[in-house]
Amino acid sequence: MPKWAEVVLVPLISLILAAILSALVILGIGEDPVAAVKLMVTGALGSTYGWGYTLYYATNFMFTGLCVAIAFHARLFNIGGEGQAMLGGLGVALACLYIPWPHWSLALIGATTMAALFGAAWAAIPAFLQAKRGSHIVITTIMFNFIAAAVLNYILVNMLRPKGSMDPATARFPDATNLPTLHDLLAPIGINFSKAAPANISLLVAIAACFFLWVLIWRTRLGYEIRAYGHSESAAKYAGISPVKITMITMIISGGLAGMMAINNVMGESERLVLNATEGAGFIGIAVALMGRSHPLGVFLAAILFGFLYQGGAELALWTSIPRELIVVIQALVILFTGALDNMVRMPLEKIFLSIRNARAPKPERKPVEPAE
Amino acid sequence: MNDKTDMERQATAAPAIELKGISKAFGPVQANKDISIRVMPGTIHGIIGENGAGKSTLMSILYGFYKADKGEIFISGEKTDIPDSQAAIAAGIGMVFQHFKLVENFTVLENIILGAEDGRLLKPSLAKARKSLLKLADDYGLKVDPDALIQDIGVGMQQRVEILKALYRQADILILDEPTGVLTPAEADQLFRILGRLRSEGKTIILITHKLREIMDITDTVSVMRRGEMTATVKTTETSPAELAELMVGRKVLLRVDKAPAQPRDVVLDIHGLRVVDEKGVERLRGIDLQVRAGEILGVAGVAGNGQSELLEVLGGYQTGTGSVQVKGQALDLTGKQSDGQSRRNHGIAHVPEDRQREGLIMDYHAWENTAFGYHKDPSYRSGILMNNAAIKADTVEKMERFDVRPPNPKLAAKNFSGGNQQKIVLAREIERNPDLLLIGQPTRGVDIGAIEFIHQQIVALRDQGKAILLVSVELEEILALSDRVAVMFDGQIMGVRDAADTDEKELGLMMAGITDADAKIGG
Repeated sequence: MPKWAEVVLVPLISLILAAILSALVILGIGEDPVAAVKLMVTGALGSTYGWGYTLYYATNFMFTGLCVAIAFHARLFNIGGEGQAMLGGLGVALACLYIPWPHWSLALIGATTMAALFGAAWAAIPAFLQAKRGSHIVITTIMFNFIAAAVLNYILVNMLRPKGSMDPATARFPDATNLPTLHDLLAPIGINFSKAAPANISLLVAIAACFFLWVLIWRTRLGYEIRAYGHSESAAKYAGISPVKITMITMIISGGLAGMMAINNVMGESERLVLNATEGAGFIGIAVALMGRSHPLGVFLAAILFGFLYQGGAELALWTSIPRELIVVIQALVILFTGALDNMVRMPLEKIFLSIRNARAPKPERKPVEPAE
Repeated sequence: MNDKTDMERQATAAPAIELKGISKAFGPVQANKDISIRVMPGTIHGIIGENGAGKSTLMSILYGFYKADKGEIFISGEKTDIPDSQAAIAAGIGMVFQHFKLVENFTVLENIILGAEDGRLLKPSLAKARKSLLKLADDYGLKVDPDALIQDIGVGMQQRVEILKALYRQADILILDEPTGVLTPAEADQLFRILGRLRSEGKTIILITHKLREIMDITDTVSVMRRGEMTATVKTTETSPAELAELMVGRKVLLRVDKAPAQPRDVVLDIHGLRVVDEKGVERLRGIDLQVRAGEILGVAGVAGNGQSELLEVLGGYQTGTGSVQVKGQALDLTGKQSDGQSRRNHGIAHVPEDRQREGLIMDYHAWENTAFGYHKDPSYRSGILMNNAAIKADTVEKMERFDVRPPNPKLAAKNFSGGNQQKIVLAREIERNPDLLLIGQPTRGVDIGAIEFIHQQIVALRDQGKAILLVSVELEEILALSDRVAVMFDGQIMGVRDAADTDEKELGLMMAGITDADAKIGG
């Protein structure tokens, strides 16, 4: 199968299949699928307001998608992006609340560092348990999500909540830490972007993260070692690549990326830390990484697709009687087809390409074989 | 077509198996091209060919693992469709795989009925199997203890269980895929006696092998395959090893290694009291003493699993051990921080591991990425903090040319090269580092004859440059052909060291089975 088919055709067909099935479901509850698609597209992409939300969600998914993707390269399944992003939020909140930043740009650097450190630290514990004790990272990271939620709940209610407030959230961050939105960024070059949309400069940080991760994976010795370890642990040992070291470093990078999501949702959007700020973005990251084939460019594109599904889905729930739960079903179908049922599309496609090539290739000459009996 | 009438005219007895015009392609690779053979009942038919010649594909088609694109299969004169292995078993075909398909913690009897139980309760099946097992043992001289656990019996016995499994399912046709790869010479002889007995009882046997000697010893007819085609089918009595080798490779082959006598110099590798205990607490190496000098090849012979792998692993830095190992007078760290592949390479040790697919190569990496594997921290492969991919690629192109890797495409993934070419990639990487000591395990396992010649020449050339070489191989012929001295390992110990010139397969074979001969001459 040619590479373009592998990269473009397989996910595209998977998407179309998911769309067809979703259309049938929408038909099944007595709604018009064509109108639903129109509504989703106009709602998510029809205005700068829609784009602003789509890109805001996409920014979250880029960070969590990269988090899962880098771990995949070392054949580690980090399901803990959700918890690591929550801890990242705590790091951002501490940085913004307790350090008097003179300018948002410095605040962004400080908050990003804190977010990455907190996320990385939260990932380092399961990584250590896996590397040194053999506790399976899937189990530990998923449990750490629950622990993170509980820890955050405790800290918000008992420590960070302003006196007298009934809301389990921190105080608003100081104005100096408020990040410029796309409206602020695009106004100087004459583009009038919606003021109300939450997409902000974190998007650029996410795109930069995609690029740096690409360099890391394919251009550095560390990336070479991570991929080698992911392909074959026995070969890695032969080459003198330490499994313990690679597991630790990969998970620390992975957790750091998940944590960095907090500069978007906590610092960029809500401008304070609330309960459940991550809203499941850590889990969506798994689907994004799967669909993006763990390649940073793929993650970037898949994140935008899922941003579209999120924003379009919200519009759908708002303007039609299609229930919110059905949006989740549609998103689940996309995940199912692009992630889990990948081979269902790939294998018939491979056969088609094979028969095309065979039909084109000249027939091999038949040489008679003479048995020497 | 009038195949059937043709056949009826030809012989009174129909062939046990007849394949007509079998073709099978995997993508662009034509694994089998228009293959026809006929095997008469009560004969042993050998199929010989290089790796990747299509032997295994052909047998997989016969056993129902693959479906042929074209062609017909006749069993005892009847056209038979074999869509899966169930159908193959029903047609009376039994297969003994190279890697046994046995449940380790089941008894012999339980393994034999596995998949052929009658009814939901085990007891009646087991009783029935026990009876027929006794009968089979009588008929064919295949004695086994039905209640022994598989994990407790030897490899030769396990293979016997595989044969019994097939016979229990009433196989008349037995296919054996490289059956002697894991056996000592004595066990192999025993196997051949059993096969002879089966033949005299009217069973038909197809023997797939790459060892010319086995073909000459036991088969009645032999087919040679090359690049997916059947190049010849001959009576064994009317051919010679040299002719078969030429048919396999398509050109004349040197079956012996040309080498001058060794000129050993200083001791490079000095091992004293080396012990290795694996994760399960089993002692794999029980006090090894060995020395390898510059300019000599020390061959380590032994049946697989007697500690040779652990010896290579601990020297290669990815297994911990106790005792003392010195390379050029410098002690190696066997347990601590410096016990890894990187520091071993810094000591001037290069290592061609036994299993190139699991250890020596990353199968999904391109050839150029594999060329840097283990040496990826080398300054020449670096530009700043990034890897200098262009330099690595250029280096790969050169190495591929010097070692005649085909196709010479550095961007092809390792898995897409043939076994021999994969091995050349590893060999090029390790030898071109100009090491003081080369560890090399199973240098020609799964490698075609043409490449074997080349690889052997490279190893001898490195010796002649005054390097020390520790060679581990389960192929006794290879050990004898290459080594200057031979050490035999059994159960984690060195049974003895002999000068290659003063020993033979018989003596080494006894030592490999753990039998020490007090009268045996002391070499070294």
